[in-house]
Amino acid sequence: MSDREKEHEGRSPAQRRPAGGGPGRGMPVMGEKPRDFKKSWSRLARYSGRYLPVFVIAVLCAVGGTALTLIGPDMIKDVTGVILDGLASGIDTAAVTDKCLTLLTMYICGSALIFVQSRIMANVSQGICRRLRSDISSKLNRLPLRYFDSTTHGNTISRVTNDTDTIGMTLNQSLGQLITSVTMFLGSIVMMFIENATLAAIAVASTLIGFAFMSVIIKRSQKYFGSNQKYLGAMNGHIEEIYTGHNIVKAYNAERAAKERFDDLNKKLCDSNWRSQFLSGLMMPLMGFIGNFGYVAVCVAGALLAMNESIKFEVIVAFILYVRLFTQPLAQIAQTATTMQSTVAASERVFELIDEEEMAPDAEGVGKRGKARGEVRFESVRFGYEPDRVIIKDLNAHIEAGQKVAIVGPTGAGKTTIVNLLMRFYELDGGVITVDGVPTSEMARRDVHDLFCMVLQDTWLFEGTIMENIIYSKRGVTEEQVVAACKAVGLDHFIRTLPGGYETQLGDSANLSAGQRQLVTIARAMIEDAPLLILDEATSSVDTRTEILVQNAMDKLTRGKTSFVIAHRLSTIRNADVILVMRDGDIVESGNHSELLAAGGFYAQLYNSQFENS
Amino acid sequence: MLSISRRLTRRDVAVVAVCLAFTVAQTWLDLKLPDYMSEITNLVQTPGGAMGDIWAAGVKMLACTLASAATAVAVGFMGARLAASFARRLRADMFARVEEFSMEELSGFSTASLITRTTNDVTQVQMLIAMGLQVAVKAPIMAVWALAKISARSWEWLALTGGAVASLVIIIACVMSYALPRFRRVQTLTDNLTRVTRENLTGMRVVRAYNAEEYQERKFERANEELTGNNLSAHKAMAVFNPGMRLVMSGLTLGIYWIGAFIIKAAPAAEKLDMFSNMIVFSSYATQVLMSFMMLTMIFVMGPRVAVSVRRIHEVLSTEPKLRDGGVTSSPDDVKGVVEFENVSFKYPGAEDYVLRDVSFTAKRGETVAFIGSTGSGKSTLINLVPRFYDVTDGRVLVDGVDVRDYTQEALRKKIGYVPQRAVLFTGDISENVAFGDSADGDANPDGIARAVRIAQADDFVGGMGGYSAAVSQGGANVSGGQKQRLSIARAIYRDPEILVFDDSFSALDYKTDRELRAELKKETRGVTSLIVAQRIGTIRDADRIIVLDEGLLVGCGTHDEMMRDCEVYREIAYSQLSREELGV
Repeated sequence: MSDREKEHEGRSPAQRRPAGGGPGRGMPVMGEKPRDFKKSWSRLARYSGRYLPVFVIAVLCAVGGTALTLIGPDMIKDVTGVILDGLASGIDTAAVTDKCLTLLTMYICGSALIFVQSRIMANVSQGICRRLRSDISSKLNRLPLRYFDSTTHGNTISRVTNDTDTIGMTLNQSLGQLITSVTMFLGSIVMMFIENATLAAIAVASTLIGFAFMSVIIKRSQKYFGSNQKYLGAMNGHIEEIYTGHNIVKAYNAERAAKERFDDLNKKLCDSNWRSQFLSGLMMPLMGFIGNFGYVAVCVAGALLAMNESIKFEVIVAFILYVRLFTQPLAQIAQTATTMQSTVAASERVFELIDEEEMAPDAEGVGKRGKARGEVRFESVRFGYEPDRVIIKDLNAHIEAGQKVAIVGPTGAGKTTIVNLLMRFYELDGGVITVDGVPTSEMARRDVHDLFCMVLQDTWLFEGTIMENIIYSKRGVTEEQVVAACKAVGLDHFIRTLPGGYETQLGDSANLSAGQRQLVTIARAMIEDAPLLILDEATSSVDTRTEILVQNAMDKLTRGKTSFVIAHRLSTIRNADVILVMRDGDIVESGNHSELLAAGGFYAQLYNSQFENS
Repeated sequence: MLSISRRLTRRDVAVVAVCLAFTVAQTWLDLKLPDYMSEITNLVQTPGGAMGDIWAAGVKMLACTLASAATAVAVGFMGARLAASFARRLRADMFARVEEFSMEELSGFSTASLITRTTNDVTQVQMLIAMGLQVAVKAPIMAVWALAKISARSWEWLALTGGAVASLVIIIACVMSYALPRFRRVQTLTDNLTRVTRENLTGMRVVRAYNAEEYQERKFERANEELTGNNLSAHKAMAVFNPGMRLVMSGLTLGIYWIGAFIIKAAPAAEKLDMFSNMIVFSSYATQVLMSFMMLTMIFVMGPRVAVSVRRIHEVLSTEPKLRDGGVTSSPDDVKGVVEFENVSFKYPGAEDYVLRDVSFTAKRGETVAFIGSTGSGKSTLINLVPRFYDVTDGRVLVDGVDVRDYTQEALRKKIGYVPQRAVLFTGDISENVAFGDSADGDANPDGIARAVRIAQADDFVGGMGGYSAAVSQGGANVSGGQKQRLSIARAIYRDPEILVFDDSFSALDYKTDRELRAELKKETRGVTSLIVAQRIGTIRDADRIIVLDEGLLVGCGTHDEMMRDCEVYREIAYSQLSREELGV
């Protein structure tokens, strides 16, 4: 599987949103629906409990800052009043300056409060995000491997990155905005009614009519957004598929068919595209309309009232400003509501992982013992990946210290199951596996792992220097030991030819061949130097000369160790003391090469099919 | 940007012009509203003003509001249609161009990059067009017009508005210049975090086996810390944004009234009322100006990203495919299934070293020719020259006696059933995947499909999936690797070609299936020439001819036994896979 595919596994094409957020722009695109809104919020609130005191301060700042802004129009009204009073007689500029200075101070204080609130929320949200990521990461190390074998990497990774990001964004922006918006909304209503009830009622009513109108449009438009996402996904999927299979499309002259499907999708996409684009584009003119409509209503109604002398003219000035303060937060509240929804869906996913059941804690009592000899026994081992599907029914085997065990079977026969059980990556359903007579289930997992060195077929290296890759987590390893291990596997000379020698960074630029990577992992296992060994022989993609090196290195590694080899080479199989033959997950035969051949069972059949001339 | 704007049709330009006219009308209407308010102010302040006049002004205001909304909707409508249809054409052109590309151009761009260019980059352009027509056009018109209206009355108010705009721009510029680079870094740092997480996930077994959990966690924490620190400083800077804007907005309104008091006081008595109503109106104008500038900055933030997208799109559209079609559509009737390499050398474009050097051989009708060699020996490259995925650097490749460059690509590929290294399936069902491309021209042939599936040893699992109409999901995600490979072999067989090309197609199969499939293939496709690249000696030891490659040179050519005797490289490979006894030495 290519890296690109890995990037996308676990996500359907439809979920792959285009960069830039699609037709977002102020339009409440339908977010993912969380399953239990309230529960997830309270889980997130409990998780963020330690931030509660600062959060309360932030809320107070937001409310205070907004309240100061809300007093503005009232003060402006007073200023207007002073000017109007002096229109004929001469304006009291000292009084105006006085009032204006007060208001300016209030505005500055208000802004300062909002600034403090934003800073606090930035700190809180990033702190929570960071903790979420850390918790997920350390959680991963406590989860049973069963979890990873049944979940795609993409799925887990997106919880570490996308989902925590979404949560952070909401906490940082939306939550603060929600508080100020609500305060602004309620506050401006209160202020308007204090100024003049009639005019206030007219202002509120006229804006609400506009919003009712808008919500109808939003409701109707949702289905276009849905279908737009769907076609976008289908289109991206088709393009990805055709580009990835470019040589096949060419080789089979399938360009025309691909083009036909593309044109069909492109037409449908264009159609749904302009609709959703248009509808999301409507939001701005609509907001403008609502603002204007409120403005007109206040102006006209205010003027009529002023003519009647039931209000003073400056009240109209105040209302013009209040209508603006009143309409702005409404749109923001609507927008925040949808972000909240996808946030809850994200936190649901994150907490699902954080609350996932962990491995049973290690049993107490059995401490680390001296150097193990490496005698392994399987006694009536029973195991299944799913509880109702037992695949290993009753495995009994006795491996003396220092013996070699070959595990053979066709692809997909479940050879890695044995590794999973030996390393205690999975727990047995019945029976015991003992090392030197001690059941592995009674040891701490760390100690079980310490008993084994392991070289797997997919050569896992990480970003770091060659030296770091070989030493890995082992402590107290000298450089001489690393060099000795590399010399033993025949890698030393090659490493010295690299520009940085042992300190060469292994990165994306694949500067090691598959075989060399394999050699590095073998060297790593040599440094680990545990009494037992698990080895997965490589099958392909290694050039012949390196292949010989790898084989020699593997032979050296198995010396003096009880080894379990997932074998592909016949020489390994023939030389093994015990061969475990696997088929469809179960061990169907065991014995050595000549015994198994003589038995004429599955092994014999496999052996013959592999090497017989067809 | 220019390169893209040239793609607008005359009709598009007309639509843009209409949008422009509508926007001007809308701006006029929006600015008309405060004018009526000034009229109303005068009416209210003049003793004896009539109620009827206020109503009349009110109705006109309402009409303006509605008309303004209508023009805005119309612009939105036209813009959305224009953007969507433009994106559709752009996408279609991109797709058509990429389909023309040979493997050379494709790998030059990389598949992943081409996908993003055809999907996301086009969407970016579409967004900019739709938004641009609505916002980018209106904002400057509005700003200039409103400023003009203010300046006609008072330079003091104009200066104040100018000052407010300037401080707005300064705030935005400062915050953005600090925060934007940090926001850009977010992606890199997130990628970093993703990489560490993926590393941890893919190596989970190794991590646990070496008790290296803490080691990995430390690494994760470093990446986490870096990301958190970066985000925090960006968000802290952004914290200036909202309160800053708010202060400028409220401050401007306040300032207009403050200055207004002095202007009105200084004005002659007759003009006092007029100045007063101007003041009420100008505070509205000034707000409009500020809003316009805010909108414009949004476009400026979006601009550079779209410019990058446009460049990336242009790169694709301006790349001419290097492979040119020949004119030959048929080969001589009496020659079938013959592949001939004449002193073929090949190097990848831009590479220094040759991958293949002076390779010559002939595969006759019905022969099975196998290619083996270590990684990087050039065997895959060689076999990809036959369907002309690349052109040779020197020498000639002949199929049925005709140089592959002289054929039309369609005619050449009709002769070949190609099975790639990595099996590719397409969305659809099993039979669509087997009868694929021009093999499906004419009537689908159910018997042919059944036969191909049977030869490819795929009938068992196809039956299990529910027969030939069973769905295959995108990229064949619902079938396993080995099953994919068998279906992809069935696809080649169904084509009933003269030449079968297997580019290391058997490695994904287990030994047993591999053997049965080849036995069946040999029986059923007599007269078809097979070219097989393989890794396993077992797969090819019964081939009519084995060609051994080493670092691009042909170092051996003959049967298995001959190669075992004569070819050192072949022996090395053989011994690394099988013991001496099995090889019968």
